[in-house]
Amino acid sequence: MSPELLKLIFGRLGFESLPLHEPIVVGTFVVVALGGAALLGGLTYFRLWGYLWREWFTTVDHKRIGIMYMILGIVMLLRGFADALMMRGQQMLAFGGSEGYLNAHHYDQVFTAHGVIMIFFVAMPLVTGLMNYVVPLQIGARDVSFPFLNNFSFWMTVGGAVLVMASLFIGEFARTGWLAYPPLSNIGYSPDVGVDYYIWALQVAGVGTTLSGINLICTIVKLRCPGMTMMKMPVFTWTSLCTNVLIVASFPVLTVVLALLSLDRYVGTNFFTNDFGGSPMMYVNLIWIWGHPEVYILVLPAFGIFSEVTSTFSGKRLFGYTSMVYATVVITILSYLVWLHHFFTMGSGASVNSFFGITTMIISIPTGAKMFNWLFTMYRGRIRYELPMMWTIAFMLTFVIGGMTGVLLAVPPADFVLHNSLFLIAHFHNVIIGGVVFGAFAGINYWFPKAFGFKLDPFWGKMSFWFWVTGFYLAFMPLYVLGLMGVTRRLRVFDDPSLQIWFVIAAIGAVFVFIGILSMLMQFAVSLLKREQLKDVTGDPWDARTLEWATSSPPPDYNFAFTPVVHDNDAWWDMKKRGYQRPLTGFKPIHMPSSTGTGVILAGLATAMGFGLIWYIWWLAAVSFIAMLAVGIGHTFNYHRDFDIPAEDVIRTEDARTKLLAGAK
Amino acid sequence: MTIAVNPTQTGEPVFYLADEHPHPEGYSTSLGFWIYLMSDCLIFAILFATFGVLGGNYAAGPAPKDLFDLNLVAVNTSMLLLSSITYGFAMLTMQQNKIAQTQMWLAITGLFGAAFIGIELTEFAHMIHEGATPQRSAFLSAFFTLVGTHGLHVSCGLIWLVTLMVQVQKFGLIEANRRRLMCLSMFWHFLDVVWIGVFTFVYLLGVLR
Repeated sequence: MSPELLKLIFGRLGFESLPLHEPIVVGTFVVVALGGAALLGGLTYFRLWGYLWREWFTTVDHKRIGIMYMILGIVMLLRGFADALMMRGQQMLAFGGSEGYLNAHHYDQVFTAHGVIMIFFVAMPLVTGLMNYVVPLQIGARDVSFPFLNNFSFWMTVGGAVLVMASLFIGEFARTGWLAYPPLSNIGYSPDVGVDYYIWALQVAGVGTTLSGINLICTIVKLRCPGMTMMKMPVFTWTSLCTNVLIVASFPVLTVVLALLSLDRYVGTNFFTNDFGGSPMMYVNLIWIWGHPEVYILVLPAFGIFSEVTSTFSGKRLFGYTSMVYATVVITILSYLVWLHHFFTMGSGASVNSFFGITTMIISIPTGAKMFNWLFTMYRGRIRYELPMMWTIAFMLTFVIGGMTGVLLAVPPADFVLHNSLFLIAHFHNVIIGGVVFGAFAGINYWFPKAFGFKLDPFWGKMSFWFWVTGFYLAFMPLYVLGLMGVTRRLRVFDDPSLQIWFVIAAIGAVFVFIGILSMLMQFAVSLLKREQLKDVTGDPWDARTLEWATSSPPPDYNFAFTPVVHDNDAWWDMKKRGYQRPLTGFKPIHMPSSTGTGVILAGLATAMGFGLIWYIWWLAAVSFIAMLAVGIGHTFNYHRDFDIPAEDVIRTEDARTKLLAGAK
Repeated sequence: MTIAVNPTQTGEPVFYLADEHPHPEGYSTSLGFWIYLMSDCLIFAILFATFGVLGGNYAAGPAPKDLFDLNLVAVNTSMLLLSSITYGFAMLTMQQNKIAQTQMWLAITGLFGAAFIGIELTEFAHMIHEGATPQRSAFLSAFFTLVGTHGLHVSCGLIWLVTLMVQVQKFGLIEANRRRLMCLSMFWHFLDVVWIGVFTFVYLLGVLR
């Protein structure tokens, strides 16, 4: 075939795009391919494809979509953490003239992929998954406002993750750092596909995130059950509302800034170039206008989880509910007024830097108020140190340290010394791991029995907890020290041998965290095997306070047989205290949305379009785009998107629960 | 429907509704669509901000004065404004359940919209022909992106409009179609508002600059 024809069909994709010269990548590919083949083979052998397609992939049930988000987050955590281990190994070894084991080309991809994956495809799915699962239950709703959109959003997130994973084996990923600053990320300095993978993975996933944000705002605003006024909403629902407002008000900025970068790369415009009037610093400003709210998008739901957990496991009403809500709202607003603290060194002058330094420090006030609220909730409570509570305590200790180093960095003159140093790396891992990751784990341990009807195994949970927490401190406290000594981030080799010991300690910490992650996987496996012993039939294993614990575990498709009526912040607690009797008769048919495969198809086409654009396979991009339009429009011709669950089915489900409850007594 | 959230006469608190109270179909749609529009508005806000920052960086290339033909833009603006008025007529006739007239006004709206896109493309072609390409300077990059994004939105609106006309023809002015026409109406007027910003900020202020 002629080269022109090949180029027309395959764009810039060719055999040389496969990283066959990188033994580490080839090895990874072999392992992933074998594992993937085993998984696919197993699914085929056990004839599970039909079940998965009907019950999971095409489902519009917020609970199942939530669980799928969690699975995505945990799978991607393994990938992101593999990158972390590789970096720790490289930095530990590359001393005294050693080049380590990663060449620069590979190492730069590893640290970029680590950041991108951990934020977009681990933290975001975990947080979104928990919100998706819990929020409709907490507000007594049957599903989200737009169930089909929810399914579509999930698959778009998967599409983004697929593109990032594809970059490992087909071509390469960006070598620019996780925010891809130009001019480095522009076509002149990054002519290969790495940055294009970055752009399209984030654009595809970003559509999903924005739509899911709109969906959850509508759900919380419109679908609360009778009696649940705004100030009677559980705190997790409040923080979810604020997070989704942040998503809707910040992800469009990311969409635009990445679109402008792609115009620079594909069309040759001059937004972020050094010549023809472009301004690279505008990219940095714009991306942080998205990026700073993003960190609050992640941490606010975690704050909500800690609030629920603290009050449940202290057996007390949350201290200072109103101040908690206002603190959340204030953080939401302030998160838009601090973005410039990420680049005090830009040279914007003393007055601009002082403004952003002061706003940054002000954020610590509402956050501190929250911390005291949790402490006062625990004060004189009967604290039960179950796993969710343990993660919460670890969070409170760790996050305060991270917060303090954050205030330190907020002082512009100090930042000039610490900018882009390992001190910064230690700081943000301190708040993201201590806040978001610990929060997600608290949430997983807390709501797992709700989702599956049995608790998680405490032994392996505690193993995971202690290895994670000690591992975290071992891995990141040395980075503070190194940062203060002036070591900058993203270095591949070192000259000064006195630094090595700190990197060795950090690497040991990373191994501890690795054992923590393995223990968590073990915890899932062991709990699954011991599910009969860990079973909970009451639906309320923790003696909890909010509405999601009023229904069975796992909840029926329709969540609540009768729409609940709420009188108190802690609605379920109030029901228990005032002698609520579960209704046993009078069930009626329940109106529910139907499953649809359109979301999977649309997201698959979007991913194919992204792949075509990355590799300049224009026909693929065009065909998938047109197909997307056709499928999307075709979907609007379907006017029958819901059905009724017959009353008999509701009766059967509810009677089964009555029997279970009777057996438990 | 009244919902008893207070204790009943017997003093027993009510903890659930005995009757199913389904939310009507499309209960959240208008709020959801509003929020979507605001997120879209943010996209334009960033593009406006970008134009504000880069709009004076001509890189020794052509400036607005050399490029913009205000008469043409005025005609173009009137196309879009008229299309909004005719869309308003379509909504009025929709309220009166007159399918044929609604379809007619929608078609007229579509024609105005298409005329707007046509004139815009002519303007773009003319500028590119003169060497004022998006690659020429940061000002032109920002100009083409802002105005082009608006044009892209109008084009999507046109596809949507045609789809809805087919659906109205096929299924009549049923509740779902009315809701969809309402959403497109908001979208269309929203684009009008954005265009007024473009006209003022890009064209009028540009010529003054």
